[in-house]
Amino acid sequence: MKEALPIPGVLKPSTGPSGRPLPGGEGVNPKSTLRSLRRRRIADRLAEKLIFLFALIATTVIFLIFIYVVREALPLLWETSEGASIAGAFRPPYAWQPVSTSPRYSVIPLIVGTFKVTVIAMLIATPLALAAALYTAEFAPFRLREWIKPAIELLAGIPSVVIGFFCLIVLASWMQTALGLDFRLNALTAGLGLSLAIIPIIFTVSEDALTAVPRHYREASLALGASKTQTALRVVFPAAMPGVGAAMILGFGRAVGETMIVLMVSGNASILSLDPTLPVRTLAATIAAELGEVVFGGGHYRMLFFIGALLFVITSVLNWVGDRYNRRLRLKLFGSE
Amino acid sequence: MTRRLLICIAVALLGGCGAPDPNRQTITIKGSDTMVLLGQRWAEVYMKKKPSTVIQVTGGGSGTGISALINGTTQICQSSRPMKPEEKQQVRERRNVDVHEIPVALDALAIYVNTENPIESLTLDQASKIFRGQITNWKDVGGRDANIVLYGRENNSGTYVYFKEHVLGNADFAERYQPLSGTAAVINAVTKDALSIGYGGIGYGENVKAVLVARDASSPPVKPTMQNVLDNSYPISRQLFWYTAGPPAGAVKEFTDWVLSPEGQEVVSEVGYYPLPPATGSQ
Repeated sequence: MKEALPIPGVLKPSTGPSGRPLPGGEGVNPKSTLRSLRRRRIADRLAEKLIFLFALIATTVIFLIFIYVVREALPLLWETSEGASIAGAFRPPYAWQPVSTSPRYSVIPLIVGTFKVTVIAMLIATPLALAAALYTAEFAPFRLREWIKPAIELLAGIPSVVIGFFCLIVLASWMQTALGLDFRLNALTAGLGLSLAIIPIIFTVSEDALTAVPRHYREASLALGASKTQTALRVVFPAAMPGVGAAMILGFGRAVGETMIVLMVSGNASILSLDPTLPVRTLAATIAAELGEVVFGGGHYRMLFFIGALLFVITSVLNWVGDRYNRRLRLKLFGSE
Repeated sequence: MTRRLLICIAVALLGGCGAPDPNRQTITIKGSDTMVLLGQRWAEVYMKKKPSTVIQVTGGGSGTGISALINGTTQICQSSRPMKPEEKQQVRERRNVDVHEIPVALDALAIYVNTENPIESLTLDQASKIFRGQITNWKDVGGRDANIVLYGRENNSGTYVYFKEHVLGNADFAERYQPLSGTAAVINAVTKDALSIGYGGIGYGENVKAVLVARDASSPPVKPTMQNVLDNSYPISRQLFWYTAGPPAGAVKEFTDWVLSPEGQEVVSEVGYYPLPPATGSQ
């Protein structure tokens, strides 16, 4: 934009993108065209500054939220208030019993529970989402592709409380009858519900990665006599691998932080166990269930903020790693970020 | 919160009036957190009826209310437990009057099981052991050979604390206890789950079976009906009390009479507790 001034080609168009005549638009009076260009450049720079300002505000707000969450939890580092302390959170007994004559605040069952549900959700969602992405990107006819992609992405728009409600009322009963489970609400059902929330994320990101693989990869493979399936699985998929990794990590991050579905479907009992048929209590659900009535500034309150900070760090790290993978994909395919 | 704010504003407005209203009366109420909503609702309705009376309601717990009554910093003390003899003695010593006890409402919980469950009754001790995780199979209380699934309220709920104090004797719930948000969610879970047990307010019992509860092994199991709550034969119920130093007089007496009147008792059901039986209500 800056060095575009003397090039005649830039002076030519007398209408804007919307078809409106530009100010001084005949293209015959060089003086007025010059003025309009200068005006456009000022407007452009102003817009740039404004966008920067908004980005700055958004980043600052997130940063301040993090500072606030950490600050509320911080006193637990050096003091034990009502049985709650950060050191005690990782020591036995591994029990979460905040309302008790001798309160116990161990986050271990909550962390194990969170990862248990998340891993179950990932085991269900990853193969489904990746298969769907591979089909859409490599095999589906163009018309069908135009339908599948928005349809799966629409799934991401379903409020998680609606998914949770469906799982609580319908899915939980099916699962219990089908598998003969003791507990109607358990980690397996919650993980299945959670997978509905993360399938669209894994699908979209990995489908984008697959379609980003340049055409000549496929052409070269087919020219060498490989079948369509061989090309998709052995050439395109490995080429897009960093992007697929990013998709999985982003899905994982979403699952760790998801609250409503697990709150409604997981049964919320803080049991330390790897058995998927037992109820489970996650970090996010604990905050949602308990923060409403805790004593402001008390040990229980600070402990919930500590859990919040923990979740914040886990999801931020996962998002950052996912972003690195995506960059690596672009670097690999196009030689630049 | 809004109610408390409204009361504060009402106090501020009335206090701001230059000429002192000769009829203006201030009543202070302090005590049980369980009852703070009830007290505030009573105050709100009563102040609308009688604008010359200003009522300040604060919580803090039954113990806080009782010490405020002993120290003379509140006129009415709300308590969700009966006052202990030594506390009554303290009031007598400090205030030179006897404590006056007024039951103002009732509160009760039912224990629910699925309608397919053959269990009809439980003793308080059995219920306690079930929720503490010491009994884990229905056959130990006379049911089928199957594991018990526990549902109940989240630990931020007053019902949770009440059940823990009155049924579990303040012991912790079992590890496998599944807390849900709201009594309706508990009832829904028990409806769907043939092997489950849960607890909640008496009014919720649709599509689930409320078991009969016996105080101990030798006493008869009692059905959780309004009538049995009223005559105190149902064990998981309690009276909610007001205490005053000496019999209420003046504005406090008028207010107490109104609270015990049908109009005041209607507020009790609105807030979600049980009104007193007519016999006790009319002193």
